[in-house]
Amino acid sequence: MNRKIKGIPASGGIAVGPAYCIGKEEYSVTKVTIPSSDIPTEIFRFEDALIKTRKEIVSLQKKIAQDLGFDHAQIFDAHLLVLEDRVLVEDVISQIRNHRVNVEFAFSQSIKKYIDTFSKLEDEYLKERIIDINDVSRRVLAKLLNKEKVSLAQIKDKTIIIAHDLSPSDTAVLPKKNILGFVTDIGGMTSHTVIIARSLGIPAVVGTQRATSTITTGETVIIDGVEGVVIANPSEKVIREYAEKLKREKKATKSYAVYKHLKAETRDKERCVEVAANIELPEELPLIEEFGGEGIGLYRTEYLFLGKKDLPDEEEQYKAYSLVAESVRPAKVIVRTLDIGGDKFLSRPEIPHDMHPFLGWRAIRFCLARPDIFKTQMRAILRASVHGNLKIMFPMISGVEELRNAKKLLHQAKDELRKEGIRYDEQIPVGIMMEVPSAAMTADILAKESDFFSIGTNDLIQYSLAVDRGNEKVAYLYEPAHPGVLRLLQQIIRAAKENNIWVGMCGEMASEVMFSFVLVGMGLDELSMPPPRIPKIKKLIRSICFSDAKRVAEEVVKLSTAKEVERYILAQLRELLKKEDLAEIFIKQ
Amino acid sequence: MEGKKSKVSKVKKEVVIKNKYGLHARPAALFVQTANKFDAAITLHKDGQEVDAKSIMSLLSLGAESGSVLYLVAEGEDAEEAAQELIKILEKDE
Repeated sequence: MNRKIKGIPASGGIAVGPAYCIGKEEYSVTKVTIPSSDIPTEIFRFEDALIKTRKEIVSLQKKIAQDLGFDHAQIFDAHLLVLEDRVLVEDVISQIRNHRVNVEFAFSQSIKKYIDTFSKLEDEYLKERIIDINDVSRRVLAKLLNKEKVSLAQIKDKTIIIAHDLSPSDTAVLPKKNILGFVTDIGGMTSHTVIIARSLGIPAVVGTQRATSTITTGETVIIDGVEGVVIANPSEKVIREYAEKLKREKKATKSYAVYKHLKAETRDKERCVEVAANIELPEELPLIEEFGGEGIGLYRTEYLFLGKKDLPDEEEQYKAYSLVAESVRPAKVIVRTLDIGGDKFLSRPEIPHDMHPFLGWRAIRFCLARPDIFKTQMRAILRASVHGNLKIMFPMISGVEELRNAKKLLHQAKDELRKEGIRYDEQIPVGIMMEVPSAAMTADILAKESDFFSIGTNDLIQYSLAVDRGNEKVAYLYEPAHPGVLRLLQQIIRAAKENNIWVGMCGEMASEVMFSFVLVGMGLDELSMPPPRIPKIKKLIRSICFSDAKRVAEEVVKLSTAKEVERYILAQLRELLKKEDLAEIFIKQ
Repeated sequence: MEGKKSKVSKVKKEVVIKNKYGLHARPAALFVQTANKFDAAITLHKDGQEVDAKSIMSLLSLGAESGSVLYLVAEGEDAEEAAQELIKILEKDE
């Protein structure tokens, strides 16, 4: 009962339903010795299966090119070549002839040989081609065994899809209206599954590592896309709890609709903050309007670079950034430059594997070492800046020198564009993502050379408390309410105010009910968060007076422990909010 | 290496994989598609392994990473032309 699996919360929402495990159809193939008179028949069956598979892949390729674009369809060229591979085909035929075995057996044996070879390759990317070969071979075997590959198109009941990973060919045929959610073993925030889940508005938990090995088709599964939790075979009690939670969320979502067009102004009208959206994929853009986001406080650009073998060129980036700029114009878009580890880009011998990836060669450090990549991105952002209200934000700045070096490259990019006669916003604001403790400690220095700060609390907390969130043994030490963290925040905000620059927050803390109003009290100008959380935070801010928020903010930094801080904030919320508002805003997890 | 005059020529060329991701799916697919346009028998050799260049499975199983040195051998009437075109694909760095 209640087998709990944790993963990455990739797309929000809660769903309960039967599991449907895919990608695991292992066809059992038995060896049959055939009379030599049957050899031509077996060879004919093989050729027939290859032709049918070819047709299937070609039509799939067309569909995907239409739905998702030519790039996604290209991989099928390689799949088609496998079917035409004469070495493979001859090997199968010679086994049938010489060993007088059935075609299914001969084919599986040949494929197995290749998979064995591939799995010995050192190169991870080449090794991954096993997935493609398995995909093709399953199709061929399905034809041979007359088992149409269990077509996902035929899913009739509402189900939660459990898969190792979903390929574009899987998702292309999924009957979208019957899918309640996705759970996958692998994949990160930018995987294909996540894109689809978000555009469908259904929950997804990815990177669970063991979903397919622990969940079986037909089993009831609860998927909580907010917390990143999957519960297989839940007890009646747990199902009831989640049904309640779901009901409350639905009700709350409805009542939040009114906040869409309202500003986040405190009850005493003393202060109004911006509530913006954190965005990664273009598919998420409609969510900003839907939930009433005021522009984009964090536009992550990594998706353009990940999961691809080739770097995106300036033109591709320019188009992506322009689209985003235009879609929320005149509201702002804070474009965060590439925040990613160097190991994602370069072949292995050049760089050692980082022992501590969060302390390693990534983000601005990588970008400064690779001005070619960095400048291309900045040229693209600058060019897109004429299409809307763009701001540039550098991630992981640890001191003013890095900021200066990054700005130097930005100036070079500007000079180039000017010489080429290409238009851009000369006054484009340049800011820092405040996420390294040393930057927080020197915020007064940095503020003199930046146009704004946006606090990235996830990393700031991790770095300042020296806690790796991913490590279960120490995760309990990850406390946003730690007085050390609160004091750093206070210091950053104060430095920004004293230097008359704008300061926001794009980390998770900004959207936590417990903290958002305290942060407003501390003086933040903006809170940026995943769009679905916006209405709740707007409502909360509108229910509290600025004078109270300020008082609470001044009080919390004097307390000694995170627990004391949390207790104090909760007690204050109980006092400051009406009972029904409290119950609604504070839906218990 | 034999001259162009003879009808059936044999060409042997050394080539270094420049693409930083090695001979991965896309260039391999392009390579195999191109190889299949020619009549010449074409093989690739790496570390004493020899594979049919017209077979994608064989090609990928070579595990030709960035920087690996391959020999391309083409034999047939259009060997010279085939070798030239194929080397271009292998030497492309993207």
